[in-house]
Amino acid sequence: MSGEPILRFEEVTKIYPLPAGDVVALDRVSLTVDPGEFIAVMGPSGSGKSTLLNMMGCLDVPTAGRIYLSGQEISQLSDDDLTRLRRDRIGFVFQQFNLIPLLSAIENVEFPIILTTGREESRRRAIEVMRMMHLDDALFSHRPGELSGGEQQRVAIARALVNDPDLLLCDEPTGNLDTKTGTAIMDLLAEENREGKTIVMVTHDPGVAAYARRTIRIVDGRLA
Amino acid sequence: MFFAFAVRNLRRHWIRSALSIIGIVIGVVAIASLGIMASSINLLVANVITDVGDTIVITPHTAIGGTFAGDPRTAVDAAIPAREVEEIRRAANPHHTVPVLQGADEVEFRRGESGYTQIIGLASDDIPILLDLEEGQYPRQNQPGALVGTYLAAEYDVAPGSKLTIGNESIRVAGVLAERGFAADINPDYAIVVPDGWYESHFGTNDAYPMVIVRVGDVEQIDAVKDAIESRINRREDIVDIFDSRDMLRQYEEIYQQITTFLVGIGGISLIVAAVNILNVMYISVTERIREIGVMRSLGALRREVLRMFLYEAMILGLIGSIIGGIASTAFGYLISLAAVEVFTAGTTFGENFTVFDQSAVGFIIFGMAFGIGTSIAAGFYPAWIASQLAPVDAMRQK
Repeated sequence: MSGEPILRFEEVTKIYPLPAGDVVALDRVSLTVDPGEFIAVMGPSGSGKSTLLNMMGCLDVPTAGRIYLSGQEISQLSDDDLTRLRRDRIGFVFQQFNLIPLLSAIENVEFPIILTTGREESRRRAIEVMRMMHLDDALFSHRPGELSGGEQQRVAIARALVNDPDLLLCDEPTGNLDTKTGTAIMDLLAEENREGKTIVMVTHDPGVAAYARRTIRIVDGRLA
Repeated sequence: MFFAFAVRNLRRHWIRSALSIIGIVIGVVAIASLGIMASSINLLVANVITDVGDTIVITPHTAIGGTFAGDPRTAVDAAIPAREVEEIRRAANPHHTVPVLQGADEVEFRRGESGYTQIIGLASDDIPILLDLEEGQYPRQNQPGALVGTYLAAEYDVAPGSKLTIGNESIRVAGVLAERGFAADINPDYAIVVPDGWYESHFGTNDAYPMVIVRVGDVEQIDAVKDAIESRINRREDIVDIFDSRDMLRQYEEIYQQITTFLVGIGGISLIVAAVNILNVMYISVTERIREIGVMRSLGALRREVLRMFLYEAMILGLIGSIIGGIASTAFGYLISLAAVEVFTAGTTFGENFTVFDQSAVGFIIFGMAFGIGTSIAAGFYPAWIASQLAPVDAMRQK
């Protein structure tokens, strides 16, 4: 592991202009994420957790301050450059799974590889990652609608990991799952972290947060 | 892969896609078959109009100018005096000047079958210059003998040697004229041509001619001859109107252009309606898939890739619709132009050997198809653009 942090926030502020007045979602937040960390971000609704995660995932740019991803300043990058960073360096796992309904399970996992390489020779890697997620081969050709919640989230994690990202970002990964399935998913994430994957996870479930090795609390856009 | 996405999405909403395709098919068929119909009418009329590119037609100057033969404003019972005809002859020398007498009388073809018919009087020497024979022979100098227009002859079963009664006078048929078609000068297909001597003794004479034709050997010289006549006859006041058969063709081409533009325009409107439908379908598709677009963007799909995906959808709809439309309009355009030809030539033998398809018909089909694909893509562009510009975070927040 290199000594350089994967992610560094310097005085990051995000303001959403609304008709009723500006909303300060993040207020001069500074933090670092080092390689191999497993961080839980906790806080009440509307505290800025999701905004923080979006900034980390290059889905949004700050109003003020700087963000460095593996030493590269990203707050001034173009949309295309941010998109390529998301594609190559970041994996997302969402509460709603967000699989693409037009694609089968395995095609969903292949999707980021094809985006990167432009080629369709991605099946072997997709199968490998799906098996890592303990997905049965029989499910590979199923459409997302034919899978259970737990299965969908395993497919989503496989999709997030298939390009071997530097950073795995999870937004309430167990929020739509029952406790037992949620535990299985968290075990998978913990396993990935043990193998070196850097994970940042937003949750409001202390039981889930307990899997992380560090917890960041955020209240009214500030780190608490 | 984005192409596969487009195909799958269209298949997922196949009824919607099929309806859009039907819209494009109708539009393409409308454009192509109306274009084919216009070009068929054109072909037909061009077929009917005789190629008299070397003819100058001189008529008495009318108060309101006409620009083509048959203009109702020039249907004035007036004539050019013989003195002026001689002036024209001198001005047009060495080209051939043919004074034309025209009138009408009741003609009895056989007992009980009679009716008013146009009678054209020409000098015996001039007849072979203007008219060709189908059968029989030209009337000899100072010998009474009539030439019957081909359609008139066919209608009443007249042949060389038959007898006709014009007014109270009997005359022998010397020959039947070859089909001449609609021309700027005289139209003898339904008329009887007689030598001028017979004409004058029959109708009486006032030494004037309703029309003078100048046959110019070389098309290049038409303008020079026209100018010569103009400066000689119309020096002080306008006595005659001079136009040549090219004016008529030009006039006709202008009318044809307008018909074509109008018909293809109607077809174009139906295709624009189809395009609005595609716009609507694509817009619905984008709205339904906002969240999916957000996910794709968050996973690393570039804006232009999202744009491309939706453009593919519009293009596929346009392509399928245009191909089906092209095939359908080949069949439909053929039928519609057959019908048009039948309507336009009802009761005549014009266009008997007339073929409907030529390059311009194929051109209209290709134009219709290209326009179909083009408008589809254009209609898809706005929704596709909207989709590509969505911020991934906002898009994923949508339910």
